[in-house]
Amino acid sequence: MPRARTRPAAAPARPVTLYVATRKGLWTLASDPSRRGFKLAGPHFLGHIVHHAVLDPRDGRTLLAAARTGHLGPTVFRSTDRGRRWTEASQPPAFKSGSGRAVDHAFWLAPGHASQPGVWYAGTSPQGLFRSEDGGATWTGVDGFNEHPQRKAWCGGDQDGTPDGGKLHSILVDPRDAAHMYIGMSSGGVFESTDAGVSWRPLNRGLRADFLPDPAAEFGHDPHCVRFAGGNPDRLYQQNHCGIYRLDRPGETWIDIGGGMPKSVGAVGFPLVAHPREPDTLWVLPMDGTDVWPRVSPGGKPAAYRSLDGGRTWRRQNEGFPASQAWWTVKRQAMTTDRREPAGVYLGTTSGEVWGSRDEGRTWRCLARHLPHIYALDAA
Amino acid sequence: MASVSTEAAAVVRVRIPSPLRSYTGGADQVVVAIPVLAPEHPASLAAVLAAVEARCRGLRFRIVDEQGRVRPHIKLFVGGTLAADLAVPVPAGAEVMIVAALSGG
Repeated sequence: MPRARTRPAAAPARPVTLYVATRKGLWTLASDPSRRGFKLAGPHFLGHIVHHAVLDPRDGRTLLAAARTGHLGPTVFRSTDRGRRWTEASQPPAFKSGSGRAVDHAFWLAPGHASQPGVWYAGTSPQGLFRSEDGGATWTGVDGFNEHPQRKAWCGGDQDGTPDGGKLHSILVDPRDAAHMYIGMSSGGVFESTDAGVSWRPLNRGLRADFLPDPAAEFGHDPHCVRFAGGNPDRLYQQNHCGIYRLDRPGETWIDIGGGMPKSVGAVGFPLVAHPREPDTLWVLPMDGTDVWPRVSPGGKPAAYRSLDGGRTWRRQNEGFPASQAWWTVKRQAMTTDRREPAGVYLGTTSGEVWGSRDEGRTWRCLARHLPHIYALDAA
Repeated sequence: MASVSTEAAAVVRVRIPSPLRSYTGGADQVVVAIPVLAPEHPASLAAVLAAVEARCRGLRFRIVDEQGRVRPHIKLFVGGTLAADLAVPVPAGAEVMIVAALSGG
């Protein structure tokens, strides 16, 4: 039975800070209160590959950055003053000795439940789930997933997966219940735990996996990005390798909501973002998934698509974007929203541009360019 | 290890490449003394890295993974010879060189 919802409040009209994680370091883009002007600052960790940087919404000052450097091993940097001073995790995410597995990089950082200050989760490549209880200083594996006897069957071998390696992403903690979590994996699919990660089960019914012998397999799917609907954690949205989907709990079957996308654009992409308050509103940013998967804006014409009805219908939003010859790639964690009213929507390209909209996608403008390859954007 | 005298310690110089100098306070080398039972039983490369880690917390994990494997594209030389693994002996007075390749764009 669905549990009670609480509608999140819009953030007051204060500045927005975007944390721009790139292949060559971390930058910040800070707005004025109107969100018309943005000021770029940085870099932090110049030359380090920063996969994700997230400010803790629970205290507003703890900032974690998942990094690796050239051929050096992975680590997590942490700041308790919004990035003025940094220390390195004394025990970064690492698999158990004797397991044969090694973390290549931490890919996704997620603050834990509001009732558990200091708790963070990290998803890694290859697929692993880690937890910190001290604000990111030390990390231990979530054995219920990492040591699960079916884990290899779910995810495939560590050499399988995306071009940058298989990864665990989209760590969602139910705002009503700290023990209720979802994770997404490329590859692997979506999995659910109701006991704080002790046990997990696949939640992939209804998804297509047209690259598998059995397209309706129980696991082995390729979600690119999974998000809670704004204001309704009983609803999940997913941008998948094979389309766009919605799941309304306690239902168990994902509904294909990509059918309403124009055929010439398709329903392939990497990021998906939900409106911070409106459960029926979400955005995707289509990428070309035809033949050899160019993974660029279809036709060289970038556009976001917004749905106001849970994915039944979609509307193209590209006012302000280049009209042609713009071959953007936007990675799965490189699109985000702020919590203001109206919501701001932001994206970062692998060609180092940050674009933003302060009117829920109606109009866009470039906020920064000439940055390195952008991996992730997060707004605070 | 209280029974090991300073006379039975092997002094090893470890050369640190620039990507790892944030762990050494900027130093390009670290000198460590490794307790050994006798000259014919030299310390292993693993013991040398453990001694470096004791002084430069976090360095080892950047070059050796959680399974004790030297990370891809990291090379460790002992006395100018490429070390096949961390069991390689390091004689007293030898120099260990850490090489971190910087390939890729």
